Amino acid sequence: MAKALIDFVSSRFPGAVLDSHSQHGDDTVVVDPKVWLAVHQALRDDPVADMQMLVDLTAVDFPRHLPRFEVVTHLVSLRLGHRLRVKSRVGDTSGDNAVIDSLSALWASANWAERECFDTMGVTFAGHPDLRRILLYPEFEGHPLRKDYPAELTQPLVPYREVENIGKLPPFGPHEGMSFGRQTHHLTRVADTAKD
Amino acid sequence: MEPIERDLDSAEIRLSADPMLLNVGPSHPATHGTVRIVVELSGETIVRCDVQVGYLHRGFEKMCERGTWNQVFPYVDRCNYVSPMLNNVGLALACEKLLDIVVPNRCQYFRMALGELARISDHLTCTAAMAMELGAFTPYLWMMKAREMIWDIMEEETGARLTHSFGRIGGMAKPPTDGFKEHSRAVMAHVTKTIDEVERLLLTNRIFLDRLENVGVISAENAISLGWVGPCLRASGVPYDVRRAHPYMKYGEIEFDVPVGAKGDCFDRYMVRLEEIRQSARIVEQTLNRLEDSGPINVDDPRVVLPDKHDVYSTIEGTIQHFKLVMEGVKLPAGEAYGYTEGGNGEMGFYLVSDGSGTPYRVRIRPPSFYVTGGLEHIITGQMMADIVPCFGSLNMIGGECDR
Repeated sequence: MAKALIDFVSSRFPGAVLDSHSQHGDDTVVVDPKVWLAVHQALRDDPVADMQMLVDLTAVDFPRHLPRFEVVTHLVSLRLGHRLRVKSRVGDTSGDNAVIDSLSALWASANWAERECFDTMGVTFAGHPDLRRILLYPEFEGHPLRKDYPAELTQPLVPYREVENIGKLPPFGPHEGMSFGRQTHHLTRVADTAKD
Repeated sequence: MEPIERDLDSAEIRLSADPMLLNVGPSHPATHGTVRIVVELSGETIVRCDVQVGYLHRGFEKMCERGTWNQVFPYVDRCNYVSPMLNNVGLALACEKLLDIVVPNRCQYFRMALGELARISDHLTCTAAMAMELGAFTPYLWMMKAREMIWDIMEEETGARLTHSFGRIGGMAKPPTDGFKEHSRAVMAHVTKTIDEVERLLLTNRIFLDRLENVGVISAENAISLGWVGPCLRASGVPYDVRRAHPYMKYGEIEFDVPVGAKGDCFDRYMVRLEEIRQSARIVEQTLNRLEDSGPINVDDPRVVLPDKHDVYSTIEGTIQHFKLVMEGVKLPAGEAYGYTEGGNGEMGFYLVSDGSGTPYRVRIRPPSFYVTGGLEHIITGQMMADIVPCFGSLNMIGGECDR
């Protein structure tokens, strides 16, 4: 049962499977990052695999390896009850150019998982609709789960944010909520009338 | 403050027709936990929203890489802090998968009994808090009382009400106490009685039903695509329970039902949790019947389990073994393993990468709450502003687990 999935991937993508193993009963394939999206698409859509759910997406940092990062997904088929781990290696030793295709078009769960992976590991997902930090704040410098990020490092103090450039974050404009004094209402109404 | 001078009858007040942005949280009475929801409202209907998490991020995965494998247990305690025992057991199972060892039967039943007690306390907290947020305070107090009894058992077994740090690689910190079975049975009787009373009180309440039924509906396909697991997924009609689909420990030989919902609305999620409390009570009863009163609780493997205290103080081998296990830690073989169990909110996974030393190379916690909260945006868009409260409550977002 289990080996069948590895065979499925290697027969569908000959030459793209770099490695495979079944350590501790977890079937794993390591694929070329070029076919990352295609492998997942095939695993999701082919009835032999039928991977309905992307359980988890994460990355592991191996600073002495090249490529440096291992992006790891865990897939499960609820109908057939089998699991597969797919890995791919990206990024050079300095941590740059760690780019891989986004899976958010295949599974909605990839959206937040990839944002977290980008946030903590600095792996960029090409084609992600909304790639911004999720657990950390926008001004955070660096990617804390990389091995070359010292655990003791103190982040610089963030200055007060400029209101105008923040977009949808509060405090909002004169028309929108959070108006604590009557003066604000008054000004709003005058401005509206003046427009007409 | 300036006086009101406006003559409201004569002057026409123009209200802005633009959508209004409203900020809910990160600290808000309706969000038990720190999450921020920026909603764009048209009237009272949510047109768009952005759910922002991370306010409770403490960098667990980084901290895990600094100690020994056994020092990870206190961290996972603080992930899902309403059912920490399930996290403890999940991590222990993942480490044991990497080591290829199986703990004795007595330990497995003990872990299952404690785990199901923790699951009951998790579901009690979620259902109680949800009822309270909708204005039903009495059931909240009843359920909290029942939960407190469960925590009393936990305190007696582990020494801590909440953060037990009780799991160990290859066993548990201590065997069950003499009164464990008796106390658990007494508390289970009280818990099931409480659930019956709560049901009688809430399920005949028009206000409660109106606020839950047909609110926050999600289809099975969307729930699966969003990576939802646990009670939230089962409420959408998908009977996926790790205990049933991939039985671990002794769940294969235990009789229990997996409740599923029909529509996937807040009411279904509420009812699935209530029913799971009853099923967990069934499991506890069965495991208590199988739990032996004597026998080893830890594996007989000097590589992973601390030696007997008498040996540590009287033999050189025991002293060395103790020293090495404490100072260098349990050495897990190089490799990777993904251990997954059914936590309070669904599939709780631990993806462990070891380089063969006593220190974890990478500990990735697969948090069910994170993925479930990722779907919050999906279910509240198009709903009314007031529906955020039952929707958010029914997801049981646990900040510590979501943000880690």
